[in-house]
Amino acid sequence: MAADPLWSIRGTLGGARYLAIAGVGFASLLGGWWLLAGSGLVDPVFLPTPTAVARRLLGWYADGSLFADIKISIGRVLGGFGLAVLMAVPLGIYIGSFRPVQAFFEPLMEFARYLPAVAFVPLVLLWVGIGEGAKITLIWIGTFFQMVLMVSDNIRQVPMAQIEAAQTLGANRGEVVSLVVFKSALPGIVDTLRVTLGWAWTYLVVAELVAANSGIGYAILRAQRFLQTDKIFVGILLIGLLGLLMDQSFRLLHRRAFPWLHLR
Amino acid sequence: MNPAPATCIRIERLGKTFRGQSTPTLQAIDLAVAEGEFVALVGASGCGKSTLLRLIAGLEAPSEGQVCLDDRPVQGPGCDRAVVFQDYSLYPWLNVLENVRFCRSLRAHTRDASESEVNSAVERAYALLELMGLDEVRTRYPNQLSGGMRQRVAIARALMAQPRVLLMDEPFGALDAQTREVMHELILRLFEIERSTIVFVTHDVEEAVYLADRVVVLAPQPGRIDSIHPVALPPPGARHPDLKLAADFLHQKKIVLDRIRATSGVQRDLDKLSRLAELSRRDRRPDTKPTAGNH
Ligand SMILES: Nc1ncnc2c1ncn2[C@@H]1O[C@H](COP(=O)(O)OP(=O)(O)OP(=O)(O)O)[C@@H](O)[C@H]1O
Ligand SMILES: [Mg+2]
Repeated sequence: MAADPLWSIRGTLGGARYLAIAGVGFASLLGGWWLLAGSGLVDPVFLPTPTAVARRLLGWYADGSLFADIKISIGRVLGGFGLAVLMAVPLGIYIGSFRPVQAFFEPLMEFARYLPAVAFVPLVLLWVGIGEGAKITLIWIGTFFQMVLMVSDNIRQVPMAQIEAAQTLGANRGEVVSLVVFKSALPGIVDTLRVTLGWAWTYLVVAELVAANSGIGYAILRAQRFLQTDKIFVGILLIGLLGLLMDQSFRLLHRRAFPWLHLR
Repeated sequence: MNPAPATCIRIERLGKTFRGQSTPTLQAIDLAVAEGEFVALVGASGCGKSTLLRLIAGLEAPSEGQVCLDDRPVQGPGCDRAVVFQDYSLYPWLNVLENVRFCRSLRAHTRDASESEVNSAVERAYALLELMGLDEVRTRYPNQLSGGMRQRVAIARALMAQPRVLLMDEPFGALDAQTREVMHELILRLFEIERSTIVFVTHDVEEAVYLADRVVVLAPQPGRIDSIHPVALPPPGARHPDLKLAADFLHQKKIVLDRIRATSGVQRDLDKLSRLAELSRRDRRPDTKPTAGNH
């Protein structure tokens, strides 16, 4: 008898079924929450019901600040993350391609990535003030060093045979890097960016919790002062949802830009 | 009688010792490959065949001696010596046609190209695809191809650069016997049409004798030339797979095989094996007692 393709190891699953199962996953989370909150066993101050959270979301939308907060938060993430990408990708390519560059930067980056980004908050406030620059800088600190190391790793994963084949076809150093190494590593780099974007969201919240007067993180902080647990829930869920959306757009980009990887 | 063809590759007192190793991998290699000649390198695993090929390609630097191409010492890899690797060297993000045309995106091939050269390059790409039987699949990506097709693309990509020398390192090592046979006919046909100089590494003696003008046997530790066997077979265009069953062919194959056996220490390994067999026989004796029932 043929094995059930659904449960064979690394078996196949159609898109519709995948979505259905994912939907069940979310629904059970929501259902569990509802049951627990509705059962009366837990004080609503600790765990508001989904309806209370939804009502709070509508209220946030009604007073007009919801989209403004989302917009400013997304702007900060993209600013800090974009800056990190612009600097980390070229540097990572050089580190991964040339040994002396690696020797110079890699130990530095390994050291820097263990510096706790959160502990930089007071310094960042001192250096760049309390404006938008502070949030962008903090997100940059939280993502840049890891990103450099991961990109240089992506570059080093390129099979030597691909590089040597280009050399024996007459490619010079620049052509090997731009036409082979970069192209070959690009899918891996996009994955690296997708993963680090998640961290950018984490540091966004940190920045908005300590040094902001706008954004989703700030809204969460203010809700805490008034013990509006339901608003805290809205903020957390919003950030989760935005992260998920960005993650999915990266996956879509991956599928569109690298069709050969998704052929089988 | 034709005048002797010019020497294409001249290898002089070539030696290679890898960093951190005390014994040389290759020692005192002397070999001249003539223009348009097909030379096969065979030898025990680890004797340095790939290393020799990589030295000719310029992918490794010699520790001693030198490799000359047309009397100029090889300094590094270049488009006059294309290499076909065993695997993993196709570009997965390019389709078949783009892989074959890859060298046309390099300055080395477009720098001084006139329009007619560009046009003839386009024609050459299509001609190569046709010759290699890749016409149908030219818009496919490498991961949609079988192993045999992938190697054909790799060969077409190398030939597209119109190299003086084609270097191949076990290009059919990962293919099954039938595909291999098809590839042999293809290579012979190509060799007849393109008349390029080929250095071909293989561990398959039959393949070496069937394809090459000369078979070079390398001996291991340190890698050195043990013997060179000119092959007396009809010209490439007239070879046929049935030849592999002819007494004369088998005889030539046996001579080469015997040399490889003599140099590879297989005898020593066989002695070790029989000692191992003896040991395990002794170990097994106590086990032959029936195991105690546990119920
Ligand atoms: N880059 C390297 N650094 C150190 N040692 C190496 C390197 N490349 C090859 N060697 C050593 O040189 C010897 C010859 O290797 P080589 O790959 O040339 O053998 P080969 O004849 O091609 O073997 P096979 O038939 O298994 O492919 C081996 O002992 C190998 O360990
Ligand atoms: Mg080898």
